[in-house]
Amino acid sequence: MTLMKFTRPSVLWNRSSLESVNRLQDEVAKLFESPFAGFGSQFFNEWAPSLDLYEDKENLVVKLEVPGMKREAFEIGLHDGVLSISGERKFEEKRQKATGYRTERFEGRFQRSVALPKAVEADKVRAAYKDGILTVTLPIAAQARPKQIVVGAE
Amino acid sequence: MNNATLCETKNEACGERVNYLLPAVNIYQKPDGYTLEADMPGVNREGLEIYLDQNELTLLGRRAQSPGAPDTTHYRESSSGDYRRVFELDPEIDTDKITARVENGVLTLHLARREQVKPRQIAITD
Repeated sequence: MTLMKFTRPSVLWNRSSLESVNRLQDEVAKLFESPFAGFGSQFFNEWAPSLDLYEDKENLVVKLEVPGMKREAFEIGLHDGVLSISGERKFEEKRQKATGYRTERFEGRFQRSVALPKAVEADKVRAAYKDGILTVTLPIAAQARPKQIVVGAE
Repeated sequence: MNNATLCETKNEACGERVNYLLPAVNIYQKPDGYTLEADMPGVNREGLEIYLDQNELTLLGRRAQSPGAPDTTHYRESSSGDYRRVFELDPEIDTDKITARVENGVLTLHLARREQVKPRQIAITD
């Protein structure tokens, strides 16, 4: 039977090499932070979604590219200045219903952790999920914000 | 999908070389057609373009622009590139009946097979 033939665009952007470096950095960072937490599963984790961390005047903002998730499937934690995001997606049901399939999309669990460069107000952290991107907004704690010192009159 | 083959697409007609991300796809085959899912984080309905030329299906996803540049970027692993992927369709697919929707950064296409090629049982007459 003839199935769909696949063609690739002429210019490819390969990010797998970069991702593996990032993942390694993560694993090394995790080793130092919590040597025995989740030992084992971390090293076989294949899905490391792209993570961006930036800062505006009031917030640290973390963005994670995780398409096709359910909102309630995210686990987001903040502990000792480290933000951890994990979750899972599965296609098992769809595979079982199909007579044939090809899967390239990551399936299973992911976990990403990032050490926050500034103190944040933990009780005011917000998370939103839109267009397959999870955005976590962490307000920078007042004492960590840049302050302007006004020179007083004599 | 054992018979699926990989091949290189021809160069873009416009001379400019543009870097595209190749979205990962899942394809499920069913008796009445195929379902294709493509990961395109950051793409919404407005940013999606789907072209059909003969049997060649092109998926193009442009990311929604984020408002304003941040003050400081600490890490950046994501790419700002757009997504593009081209598929050569099975001639059995009824190209008039392709439906598409995008939800949570995943494009889902339903590709129905033509009526006459769907498997059916032949009634036996006496």
